Amino acid sequence: MAITTVPETTRKPGRPPSPYSARPQRTSLGRKVRDNLTGHAFLIGAVLCFVVFSWYPMVRGIIMSFQRTRRGETTWVGWDNYSRIIADPSFWTAWQNTFYFTALALVLGYAVPFFVAILLNEFRHAKGYLRILVYLPVMLPPASALFLFKFYAYDPSEAGLFNAILKALHLPTSQWMQSPEMTMPAMVVASTWMNMGGAVLIYLASLQNIPGELYEAAELDGAGIWRRIRHVTIPQTRLILALLAMLQIVATMQLFIEPLILANGAGAEDSATSVAYLIYQHGFFQNDLNGAAALGVIMLVVLAGFSAVYVRLTAKQD
Amino acid sequence: MAQDSGTRTLISHSQLSRGRGKVIYWTLLVVVVAGFTLVFLGPLYWMVTGALKSGQEIAQTPPSLFPKDPQPQNYIDAWNNLALAKLLFNTFYYAIGAVLFQLVFDSAAAYSLSKLRPMFGNVILALMLGTLMIPAMVLIVPQYVTVLDLPILHINLLDSPFAIWLPMVANAFNIFLLKRFFDSIPEELMAAALMDGASSLRTLWSIILPLSRPILGVVSIFAVTAVWKDFLWPKLVMPSPETRTVSVGIYTFAGGTPMNVVIAASVIAAIPTVIIFLIFQRNIMSGLTTGSIKG
Repeated sequence: MAITTVPETTRKPGRPPSPYSARPQRTSLGRKVRDNLTGHAFLIGAVLCFVVFSWYPMVRGIIMSFQRTRRGETTWVGWDNYSRIIADPSFWTAWQNTFYFTALALVLGYAVPFFVAILLNEFRHAKGYLRILVYLPVMLPPASALFLFKFYAYDPSEAGLFNAILKALHLPTSQWMQSPEMTMPAMVVASTWMNMGGAVLIYLASLQNIPGELYEAAELDGAGIWRRIRHVTIPQTRLILALLAMLQIVATMQLFIEPLILANGAGAEDSATSVAYLIYQHGFFQNDLNGAAALGVIMLVVLAGFSAVYVRLTAKQD
Repeated sequence: MAQDSGTRTLISHSQLSRGRGKVIYWTLLVVVVAGFTLVFLGPLYWMVTGALKSGQEIAQTPPSLFPKDPQPQNYIDAWNNLALAKLLFNTFYYAIGAVLFQLVFDSAAAYSLSKLRPMFGNVILALMLGTLMIPAMVLIVPQYVTVLDLPILHINLLDSPFAIWLPMVANAFNIFLLKRFFDSIPEELMAAALMDGASSLRTLWSIILPLSRPILGVVSIFAVTAVWKDFLWPKLVMPSPETRTVSVGIYTFAGGTPMNVVIAASVIAAIPTVIIFLIFQRNIMSGLTTGSIKG
């Protein structure tokens, strides 16, 4: 049999040969064509869905951003959509807000799960319970969770949960979503609460892959807890850390449902308007799908910039 | 991934089980367990009991910890006024359909990419994985326009469940999860089936899929929760009151409904996913971590 005569060394690592490719070389052309057709027949359903709902819309979004459709007539308008969308008084505010949210979420939503995971990894009791607790909010429909925050936690009167706690601690209370300064921090808190579970679990899994000898060696060299975190834990998990940073930036730049529900869209003095919300506004309320598509392309370019930085940084480390 | 195995972590076992280390460990554990319960379970308690309070009691300062005069009527009002039965049924229907479509098309695709490896298979896989880099908000407008008028067929999918089911199939993460799992199934099994003259479909059905139950479970759970949690897409493509999902329905009614009733409806909307999580938490957590770590 051909299978037994294939020397081990010619196999690509991690990729055992397919029984088809391992067949005797004299397979006829017809056979090869047939095998390929079978393979593609199994792919076709998924590929069609990707074509219609992913790949084609990608291209179409770019095309739409240079067109204008009015009363059923589509014309090429060059950069008109872009200049119109940039001239929107909310455009720069939306970007400012979105970057602010992304930055705050990086501080809170990125560092906190990592240290929570480090902490949980040290515990030898109640691990399962704590893990379930952290992940529970991830399973709630975001709309449900956000109504809870909106009505009960961020109630600007003293009947609200957060204000009641602040008052009991003799701290100044806040107007929360009605105060332009507090809008973003309040949204970041809600968003972190809802989403951090996934990151914690992923960090936990990668922490469990760190060889214990490294910690032992570091301890023998006299490294304290902080130095062990800095010189063992972080370097050992840096790929996951970098990946999740990237994923989180992409996710938080798409900030949408938080402003929509917590701040009724724009929020006090436009303090909640996000780029994604602006896309929604233009596309589905101002009947300007072309302008919304142009804003989508701008967002894609900005995120591609972040990805390029990410690829450069991670490539350098290896 | 043993939970309490003897693997050494940041701080050594011996340090934590003796003298001062032991005291610190137990204090910290109690503080963290209490704190986490408060932070993650507290809001849910507040939600369930808050929805039982009367309008007056909600506005009272300071807020009461237990509802003084529980009003189960709020839940009944939510159920009736928001037609929650219909909304929940719709969401459930979309979720089940999404699971079926994903299982059929995505596992077939993953099988092909993993075992049949047709020409250009790697190019197709790369193009699929590339979509993971594209943020959903960037595609929302052209996707919406596509659903309004499908290319070539010129069908309008608005208010049709296919507008949710078919885009769910284009899920590179699930195809990747399935492919990784299929990759780990020994080729010898395939070769044996091939020699017995089994067709590719037969091999998938009687060998690969029965072995893949764990990952099929994970993918199904992800599909259900994705549909249940999704908001903007169903809001756009299911505009009629009869076809709305539960989250969108609650949002639409939130403006003109007393807030304790809105919260009661939010609690009801959250129950199915919470139950799914409590039953399948092991599968969910393992699926989440295998997919990301090794990728």
